[in-house]
Amino acid sequence: MNRVLPVLTVLFAILVIWYGAAVILNRAWVLDQAARSGTEVGFGQMLHETMTQERPVLPAPHQVAKGLWDGIVGQKITSKRSLVWHAGVTLSATLAGFALGTAAGLLLAIGIVHNRAMDMSVMPWAIASQTIPILAIAPMVIVVLASLGIKGLLPKALIAAYLSFFPVLVGMVKGLRAPDGMQLDLLRTYSASQGQTLRMLRLPSSVPYLFASLKVGIAAALVGTIVAELPAGATAGLGARLLSGSYYGQTIQIWAALLAAAILAAVLVMLIGAAERATLKRMGFVR
Amino acid sequence: MVIEARHLNLTFPTDDGPVHALKDVDLIVEAGDFVSFIGPSGCGKTTLLRCIAALETPTGGSLTVRGMTADAARQARSYGYVFQAAGLYPWRTIAGNIRLPLEIMGYPKAEQAERVQAVLDLVELGQFGRKFPWQLSGGMQQRASIARALAFDAGILLMDEPFGALDEIVRDRLNEELLRLWQRTGKTIVFVTHSIPEAVYLSTKIVVMSPRPGRIAKVIESPLPRVRPLDIRDTPEFIRIAHEVRESLHEGGRHD
Repeated sequence: MNRVLPVLTVLFAILVIWYGAAVILNRAWVLDQAARSGTEVGFGQMLHETMTQERPVLPAPHQVAKGLWDGIVGQKITSKRSLVWHAGVTLSATLAGFALGTAAGLLLAIGIVHNRAMDMSVMPWAIASQTIPILAIAPMVIVVLASLGIKGLLPKALIAAYLSFFPVLVGMVKGLRAPDGMQLDLLRTYSASQGQTLRMLRLPSSVPYLFASLKVGIAAALVGTIVAELPAGATAGLGARLLSGSYYGQTIQIWAALLAAAILAAVLVMLIGAAERATLKRMGFVR
Repeated sequence: MVIEARHLNLTFPTDDGPVHALKDVDLIVEAGDFVSFIGPSGCGKTTLLRCIAALETPTGGSLTVRGMTADAARQARSYGYVFQAAGLYPWRTIAGNIRLPLEIMGYPKAEQAERVQAVLDLVELGQFGRKFPWQLSGGMQQRASIARALAFDAGILLMDEPFGALDEIVRDRLNEELLRLWQRTGKTIVFVTHSIPEAVYLSTKIVVMSPRPGRIAKVIESPLPRVRPLDIRDTPEFIRIAHEVRESLHEGGRHD
């Protein structure tokens, strides 16, 4: 209960502000309509009309909730109007990109920790790669790959991997260097090889860092996938849903897709959090 | 002799110029000796131990361990090393931690299990193999780390203030157990400490060191018998040796 109450309080405050903003932003249209038909609207009727428009500037929370409900439950899952289907398309590319990005980050981190030349050269490029706006290069990657005949999941997964390898790289470089001098000296007294040191000490020591990175990485992968779904007229995925909503002024559809993406991200991060708790407890990092 | 150092020197370059960590150290350790290095901090006692373990490289003089260079002796797995902290891996059980060197050195699986149980019994942790480190007290963790250093057949045991972080009651008991273990296994032990009673109680040979530059001030051969009950510390002989160690420490410090 102690944890639920603050969350509900914040949620309530958000809803109040949201409804207030909806009234203020949608009022102009109601007044405009009334002026055209030469009628007067009372306050009560105006409130009602700001929340029932088909294409409001800002849809009210219950409209978004209804849009979300219709999108999730109201359609067959195979329907192109089903948010579950679109979320599934986005999720598959997100997971593929996340796996690719994690593997790349892990391998680069192992290289950096073991090789001085890589230590000096890779990190600046990795940082530079993240300063380029993903919105600028995603369309180019999609278009170039499409011209090579590569379409569908892979180009999106590559963009997702591009965003998610970085937190894994940074976290794992720190994690693989986490063992202190004494722990490394102990393995030196056994004349352990680099590979043995990696397997028996560095990798296990880095697990807490890995999970912290994975949580950031999976959220970044989802953002990358959605951005990759925006250009080149993709027809499937939450990003495509966002884009078609904005083409046709379907603000409720946009907000429903946004919320679906947020829920998806929250679920993914929570799943990693659960795996983190179980693993760290098993490995004795927390009790 | 097991360890022989001649005119051993070690200087570290620092921003404030070179620091003489060890200066002209001559030392002989015979097989089966229990040798303690004692001195104030900065006297180079840990550095000397790390040189023997080939964790530091001397900048001058000669050092042989079992007739080899220190590096070759380490490659030949000549010694077990016990650090100030137990440093057990939290993700491994006690038995798993003791198995670590055996896995690295490639012992067969069946022999690993045998050896782990044998050394666990030796340090009186026979029932605790399946526990995790956090389930054990500090003293028990340090005993497990000693077992880890004994698990493979190294004739030399190098110990760097292994009981420094423990309270005196636990320390007394572990000192007693260490002596028994030394008598049973016949290993050569080199032990770093800053406690005079500990050095006198344990050692057959006490190496008093002094700082700036780190060097050996005096080597005291202990006339105490090898079998030593704890109350030997109340005998006039024990008190006389402790006094001699204290005097040497004072004299060594006078050059400051």
